[in-house]
Amino acid sequence: MMDLATFPSLMPFLPELTLAVGALVLLMIGAFGGERTTSLVTTLAVLLVLVAGLVLVFKAEDGVTFNGAFVLDPFARFMKLLALAGSGFAIIMSTNYTKREKIARFEYPVLILLATLGMMLMISANDLIALYLGLELQSLALYVVAASNRDSVRSTEAGLKYFVLGALSSGMLLYGISLIYGFTGHTQFQGVATALSAGPVSVGVVFGLVFVIAGLAFKVSAVPFHMWTPDVYEGAPTSVTAFFAAAPKAAAMALFVRVLVGALGPATADWQQVITFIAIASMILGAFAAIGQRNIKRLMAYSSIGHMGFALVGLAAGTEAGVQGVLIYMAIYVAMTLGAFAVILFMRRQGTMVEDTSDLAGLSRTHPVVAFIFAMILFSLAGIPPLAGFFAKFYVFLAAIEANLYVLSVIGVLSSVVGAFYYLRLVKIMYFDEPAGAFEPMSGELRVVLGLSGLFVILFVFIAGPLGTAASVAAKTFF
Amino acid sequence: MTDWPILSTVTFLPTVGALLLLLIRGDDAAARRNVYWISLWTTIVTFLVSILIWVDFDNSSAGFQFVERSEWLGGKISYSMGVDGISMLFVILTTFLMPACIVASKYSVKFRFKEYMIAFLVLETLMIGVFCAMDLFLFYVFFEAGLIPMFLIIGVWGGQRRVYAAFKFFLYTLLGSVLMLLAIMAMYWQAGTTDIPTLLDHQFPASMQTWLWLAFFASFAVKMPMWPVHTWLPDAHVEAPTAGSVILAGVLLKMGGYGFLRFSLPMFPIASADFAPMIYTLSVIAIIYTSLVALVQTDMKKLIAYSSVAHMGYVTMGIFTMNAQGVEGAIFQMLSHGIVSGALFLCVGVIYDRMHTREIAAYGGLVNRMPFYATAFLVFTMANVGLPGTSGFVGEFMVLIGVFRANTWVAAFATSGVILSASYGLWLYRKVIMGALDKANLKSMFDLSRREIAILVPLVVLTIFFGVYPTPVFNVTGQAVDKLITNYQAALSAAGKLALAAQ
Repeated sequence: MMDLATFPSLMPFLPELTLAVGALVLLMIGAFGGERTTSLVTTLAVLLVLVAGLVLVFKAEDGVTFNGAFVLDPFARFMKLLALAGSGFAIIMSTNYTKREKIARFEYPVLILLATLGMMLMISANDLIALYLGLELQSLALYVVAASNRDSVRSTEAGLKYFVLGALSSGMLLYGISLIYGFTGHTQFQGVATALSAGPVSVGVVFGLVFVIAGLAFKVSAVPFHMWTPDVYEGAPTSVTAFFAAAPKAAAMALFVRVLVGALGPATADWQQVITFIAIASMILGAFAAIGQRNIKRLMAYSSIGHMGFALVGLAAGTEAGVQGVLIYMAIYVAMTLGAFAVILFMRRQGTMVEDTSDLAGLSRTHPVVAFIFAMILFSLAGIPPLAGFFAKFYVFLAAIEANLYVLSVIGVLSSVVGAFYYLRLVKIMYFDEPAGAFEPMSGELRVVLGLSGLFVILFVFIAGPLGTAASVAAKTFF
Repeated sequence: MTDWPILSTVTFLPTVGALLLLLIRGDDAAARRNVYWISLWTTIVTFLVSILIWVDFDNSSAGFQFVERSEWLGGKISYSMGVDGISMLFVILTTFLMPACIVASKYSVKFRFKEYMIAFLVLETLMIGVFCAMDLFLFYVFFEAGLIPMFLIIGVWGGQRRVYAAFKFFLYTLLGSVLMLLAIMAMYWQAGTTDIPTLLDHQFPASMQTWLWLAFFASFAVKMPMWPVHTWLPDAHVEAPTAGSVILAGVLLKMGGYGFLRFSLPMFPIASADFAPMIYTLSVIAIIYTSLVALVQTDMKKLIAYSSVAHMGYVTMGIFTMNAQGVEGAIFQMLSHGIVSGALFLCVGVIYDRMHTREIAAYGGLVNRMPFYATAFLVFTMANVGLPGTSGFVGEFMVLIGVFRANTWVAAFATSGVILSASYGLWLYRKVIMGALDKANLKSMFDLSRREIAILVPLVVLTIFFGVYPTPVFNVTGQAVDKLITNYQAALSAAGKLALAAQ
């Protein structure tokens, strides 16, 4: 029985509400208007993301609502803005591609909106049940978009593979949640934290947190739960891959941070070693496995595995500086990834998409500006100063050093040198090799995304201070 | 005048030039000419402005001068610039060599001329930044960022095996540097800042110093390069275009030595004292071994590259003697080597542009056709050998005095390097310049053009001037080196007392 006086405050929930209502309206427009409304729905979807972002910044109020299941705090704001930006740009980048590949359907932007809604719920989840609901809302939408090119065997295979493995990881997550609930008696994060700090951490909780970590590691595609990533990245339509690589990773990482630092903070000593292992394994696998890749989408898949490893270095520290590092890392990662995929979406020759790294040969002569920006993004991914990617790595390793995780740090920086090799090879293909022929002219929306990403990467030195401060404010949420 | 941020101006002027170049369209002769003149004037103006630093420099002060500071990363890491007696002359060296590089590239770079010049100007900014940075983090940013333009310069405009050389250069240097980055972070947490003057006053615990020292060593030893991590250098030198080699030998190698002087010695004195024997050993091996390797080279650039490694051996040795002669000699040797090896690479470039080969065997008897060239080459060869009256002698001699005071045996071995350097230097000179001019295709060679004379004459003048009258350099470095050594000895004796108290 719900009394009007205890009706939950909707103010923290406004952006999600906007997104949910908007997505349903767009779905109606599409359903009743048919396929010809696709571009209208797409445009409106981008606007809706923008509006949700504005509501988040100017209207929504910090606070806990829905009986403690949902929280809006500086941390959530930071990550939600990131998720919204990632989704918005992913929709923008997909417009021309889906038309050319004849897979433009109005469901696509709507599904991305629903996935984004799921991400925002994940980021704000303050309760294990809410966490699971947000995660599933996001995942179900992602399974469908992965298979959205339904006439392509590879795309449907990618969707199916993602679904089966995703279901497995959800199961593990749920099992972990039930163990934690069973041994602490709480599903709310504060309750779990209080119960844990009351005494020594029981074995049951440790089992629970290992299962939870396994489930979440799957979502951020960290080793050893990364197997789906290369296949899904390669099989899914490129516009979908561009989306997968950015926003969902950020949301899942936010969830990771909130669960481990927020709820399981008192058990840091127990999960720190697990995260350290996952981080090391991801960094090493990401660095070495990418060397052999010739397909650029697969290469980006391994690259993202490696980058998740680096971001987890910050989480492994489990400190305020660590959370700050993760936030900065994810922001920079999303910006770099979107730029890189703008280039991959642009690789079209004689009407068909090409995906081989050798197709980039001589890009510096056929498309000098694109090649320059892409080279800067690649150097940034490799972590070379003064580009953005260097600062990302700097902040996470700074936290790891503070937490005395020296082995992790040394392995991490060394694997970043190995990783630099394959980024350099792409630069080499673009700059040192003979041209392999020009691509078709770059479409306007890709130019915009690539340009913004390039500016962000190159001029990051000027915004490093403010972004660091914003991330530091967001990180204080947990401490 | 005092408020004018002269260091930032000098540092970022080349970038402004690079941005101007972006405005130029087309690839015809006119565009090429514009690119060339803009680049040349940018570097000349940068050089002239940098001369002001020397003019206004206060020789009697041991601290940082022309200090600039502004907020950057949340208070603890700031954008701060400043030079002292150790770093100031490296700035001048960099700005001095750059116009020569631009002029030397006028005809030898056949394609993508604009991009080439942009890469060089950006590189100049980053190199100057390394020597001006007064914040450790800022130093690292400049130090590492230089890899990007140099990678492209070697890889795009290099020779046959340019891809291999570019990768090797990049990955070797990066591998050393990332460990230094971790050390910088550890220092940040320990001292709470990355401000260099503060760090210089901070006493790091002895056990920590060892690790920090090793991490910095990993970076600087590769950059120097010291034996056995020098193997990237011959490859990079051989494949790089002439101007790339000049910058590599003239400036980039000096960053390692500068790093030892700026960070390793003053910040980790105890570890430095502990590791000095290791440095001596590696330096002596470098001097003797790489000199022997230089003797059997068939490629001129490779020979000079190995000779650079040997000469850098003197520098590392001199730095770690920790007495005034050794350290000042090392600084002088670095400056002198910057001029001389840069000039030698330019000399190789002169005949490479004519014959398109660097094989020593392809030449012989050039003195008959190219008397001016033979003269210039002679001066630089003699300076490289260390003949009295050239700048090479002053540095080497002072280093050897310093080493002799520190360790006689090391000095004895190191001195044999002087003989070896004479052997390969004179051998190279005899093979290329002397003898009969019996190779048909050499008979049509022209002597130095006016452009080439304009590049080489200033270098010849400086080589001899500093060989005869090195005082201006020592005036600049004296105070800073004194302070360095005083602090070092104070730190050591403090540690010694602590050790005694513990017993």
